[in-house]
Amino acid sequence: MAMDINTKKIKRNAFRVSKKRGYGACRIRVPGGYLDSKVLGMVQEIADKYSATGKIHLTTRQGFEIEDIRLTDIPEITRAIQPIIEAVGINQKDPYTGYTESGTRNISACIGNNVCPFANYNTSALARKIDKAIFPNDLHFKVACTGCSNDCAKVRMHDFGIIGMTMPQYDPTRCISCEACVKGCKSLSVGALSINNYKIVRDTEKCIGCGVCVTKCPTRAWTRSQKKYYKLTIMGRTGKKNPRLGQDWLVWADEENIIKIICNTYRFVEQYISPNAPARKEHIGYIIDRVGFEEYKKWALEGVELMPETIMKKCIYWNGIHFTDKSAWTD
Amino acid sequence: MGYQFTKAEANALFQQWKERYDVYAPMLMKGEGCFSDTDIVRYGQPDTLEDIEWAKKSDYSFKEVLLSINQTLFYFTEDKTIVPNPPKKEILIFLRACDMHALTRLDDVYLKNGFEDIYYRQVREMTHFVLMGCTQSCETGFCVSMGTNKADTYDGYVKLDGETVLMDLPMAELAEGAKAEELAVTPDYVTENFEKVTLPKNLTNECFTDDIWKEFGSRCIACGRCNFACPTCTCYTMQDIFYNDNPKNGERRRVWASCQVDGYTVIAGGYDCRKNQSDRMRFKVLHKISDHEKRFGHTMCVGCGRCEAICPEYISYITLINRLAEKEG
Repeated sequence: MAMDINTKKIKRNAFRVSKKRGYGACRIRVPGGYLDSKVLGMVQEIADKYSATGKIHLTTRQGFEIEDIRLTDIPEITRAIQPIIEAVGINQKDPYTGYTESGTRNISACIGNNVCPFANYNTSALARKIDKAIFPNDLHFKVACTGCSNDCAKVRMHDFGIIGMTMPQYDPTRCISCEACVKGCKSLSVGALSINNYKIVRDTEKCIGCGVCVTKCPTRAWTRSQKKYYKLTIMGRTGKKNPRLGQDWLVWADEENIIKIICNTYRFVEQYISPNAPARKEHIGYIIDRVGFEEYKKWALEGVELMPETIMKKCIYWNGIHFTDKSAWTD
Repeated sequence: MGYQFTKAEANALFQQWKERYDVYAPMLMKGEGCFSDTDIVRYGQPDTLEDIEWAKKSDYSFKEVLLSINQTLFYFTEDKTIVPNPPKKEILIFLRACDMHALTRLDDVYLKNGFEDIYYRQVREMTHFVLMGCTQSCETGFCVSMGTNKADTYDGYVKLDGETVLMDLPMAELAEGAKAEELAVTPDYVTENFEKVTLPKNLTNECFTDDIWKEFGSRCIACGRCNFACPTCTCYTMQDIFYNDNPKNGERRRVWASCQVDGYTVIAGGYDCRKNQSDRMRFKVLHKISDHEKRFGHTMCVGCGRCEAICPEYISYITLINRLAEKEG
């Protein structure tokens, strides 16, 4: 049977062309991986109706991929998934058009402070907020949010990694010198706390704002700052050329400026993306490698006014694995 | 004498109290809980009656007003010591019935235990108490089991009831200038809790070797929260601070201590008589439900349930005591 499918168009619409001729997969993004349980039933309904095998893959970026759908069913499925898109709060230009762009990947998040005792902020709420700011967009961006420096969301493998921090507040009049914080910081974190004259001294250079001292304190001598802080790591990536971990750029930063920087980066990429990039997909890091970090900074920081306590690294050097460098393979 | 006020009238009276007293009451401290975006209820100085947390039981008790977490006993220079001045203003503490009973336990330890503690006495004599009623039981309290659900030795009683405020003000100073409808006001109290506790009645030293201490103690992380939240735990440890700039000057402080935290029973020479958590838990529980009673005629524990609510390891003091009672049959 003749089958005329515009693969470029359906891929952009978050469908996948699979190995099996005539079949593909339907991807459902869930910002921050956070959803009402009713969405599961909606996903099941789509899978039961359209998947030839009734299989769903839980994607690495916190979505669903409904396998084995007929490519010819795509227009119908695009309409059918509308209630799901609305339920998970996707930023969509026009209803019943599915996911209009799929280059920018789903913003993933760890479980965050809805549940986790270590998390310093509501990761899925921030993921949704960033989703609103950057979607729909077809440029290849990966953003992830994680609640604390444990980085369960592996945000350092993303173009933008947002790590929750808290500025520990110490009330010496409530401190009983039990040293639970000192021990906790040493065993679970960076060992930034010491004791002098029975009171705690925090090494502000060492402190990563993880909040372990706060959770360990039995008297509320340590509390979290009312203001929420974030570490922004940038230009981590996987891939076939030079996978590398994202490096710290901003420390003790705020949400609004981080979102501004991400939005600014889209303009930077529009300007400098390689004209030869396949399907207009190029890791931002490669673009920065090509044009230089100084130039990137100029674009990224436009209109950004950092808080006085925010520390910005002047320069960043990434390393990672270079698959083209075989020099160390032989003696 | 009982009074009925409008909220505005009651707050005007409250402002008068604030002029005369340092007023302490349970307050919801936004974002100051253990975990991100969680709150805590502990004692602070409210500006208005609405600043007071009326619904939830305080996580930490009123005792920190009378017994500072850190208290300087004296300052020392080379050959002089100076005792700090007592507080200048009288103090007013808002608290619940169980806490009023806890106050008698603090008095036991600091006033009736052979000699008087001058620091406690100074503050205690300057402090007056305003009862907050309980219209329903808190989740973990077992005041009815402990007979601490009712208190009648208060200096004042305040109840926020929608737009009206009811007060009973047996202490004349609190009622000064109060112009409002007079009526009989009796404090709310609960007659039933969710939790019921039966105390073991025949505990002997033989229970020291019971496996129950190991069973519960092995789960303890020695954080001391049960002690710090308890309104009747009274232990201090001593700290001598030599100022960094000039070590010839300094101060001696007493600082809250916990029988569950490392170091509590370490004595000169390094011997530690209660090294493991099972022994520490046994010590605490027996002190609360048996040992204090032998000396003062009532248990130390008043059944407020704060230790139950705060334990991060979900070690249930209530379950432990009921299990001890069950064993006696």
